[in-house]
Amino acid sequence: MAANDPIHQFQIEKLVDFGVVNLPLFGRTELAFTNSHLAMTLAFAGVVIFMSLFTMSMQIVPGRLQAVGETLFGMIDNLASSIIGHEGRKFFPFVFTMFMFILAMNVLGLMLTFTVTSQLAITAVLGLMTIGLVIAIGFLRHGLGFFKLFVPSGVPIVLLPVIVLIEFVSFLLRPVTLALRLFGNMLGGHVALKVFAGFVVALGAMAANGGLGYFGIPGAALSLSMVVALTALECLVAFLQAFVFAVLTCIYLNDVVNLGHGH
Amino acid sequence: MEIDAAKQIGAGLATLGMIGAGIGVGNIFGSFLTGALRNPSAAASQIGNLFVGAALAEALGILSFVLGILLKYG
Repeated sequence: MAANDPIHQFQIEKLVDFGVVNLPLFGRTELAFTNSHLAMTLAFAGVVIFMSLFTMSMQIVPGRLQAVGETLFGMIDNLASSIIGHEGRKFFPFVFTMFMFILAMNVLGLMLTFTVTSQLAITAVLGLMTIGLVIAIGFLRHGLGFFKLFVPSGVPIVLLPVIVLIEFVSFLLRPVTLALRLFGNMLGGHVALKVFAGFVVALGAMAANGGLGYFGIPGAALSLSMVVALTALECLVAFLQAFVFAVLTCIYLNDVVNLGHGH
Repeated sequence: MEIDAAKQIGAGLATLGMIGAGIGVGNIFGSFLTGALRNPSAAASQIGNLFVGAALAEALGILSFVLGILLKYG
């Protein structure tokens, strides 16, 4: 039964065990090379190999591979400069790295390996990195003026305490929603896929028993076509979530880069 | 045993929050189509806003979905 459980696919397994070590800050920790590690390494290698392949033999008229790379590159470049403005180029490397890494993990998780982005720990780190960069840039650029982010201009003085509180809480919720959106979308999609795939197997087993079980065959066929349709939808979601992560990163960066300029 | 049953029922109830996300996302795409059919030339420039709005609306539904998963397996 455990193998048919839709949550079972998110189990982290040790591939190479390094045993238990004592780390100075964390105490006793288990070290291992897990399936999550392997998937992330594959995603990283995939991005690096793809990007080097398409920049290796650059031509003025791009071939197929170069066209894909240029489209992705140009899309994020457009995004950064249209949202952040003329300083967008400075933040392009960060946004593009995040986008490509998440995209690679999502797509690989759908096709081939363990889905890394369905682990809350991973998406939480990605969200914290983004918001950490936003806060760091805010303080570096504006010093204590960073707190003006929570005080919108043109608000009546009576409403100010409430507005500041709401703005502050919504700022604190940004990394949480950033992490939960990616996590929830990947988790939900993969659970739904697994549930429909489970129907195919269960109804097929019913049909194998003969008799009334043959009525299971149309149901199994319907479930199978649902799996195909859901896989197509998940391909879109995998891309869309990476894109949304990049867009929101740009919007949050824009808040601190162009602080107080009004937009 | 009753606690277990209550947990299962609670998990089911928690996912009802996704109804709101469904309404929200449907509303966003419906409004986009209404606007896009009136002025197709301006539609392409609003695709980015469309997906950001959909993602923001969806995030709130995802919160309830995660709560349901936490209740069931946590």
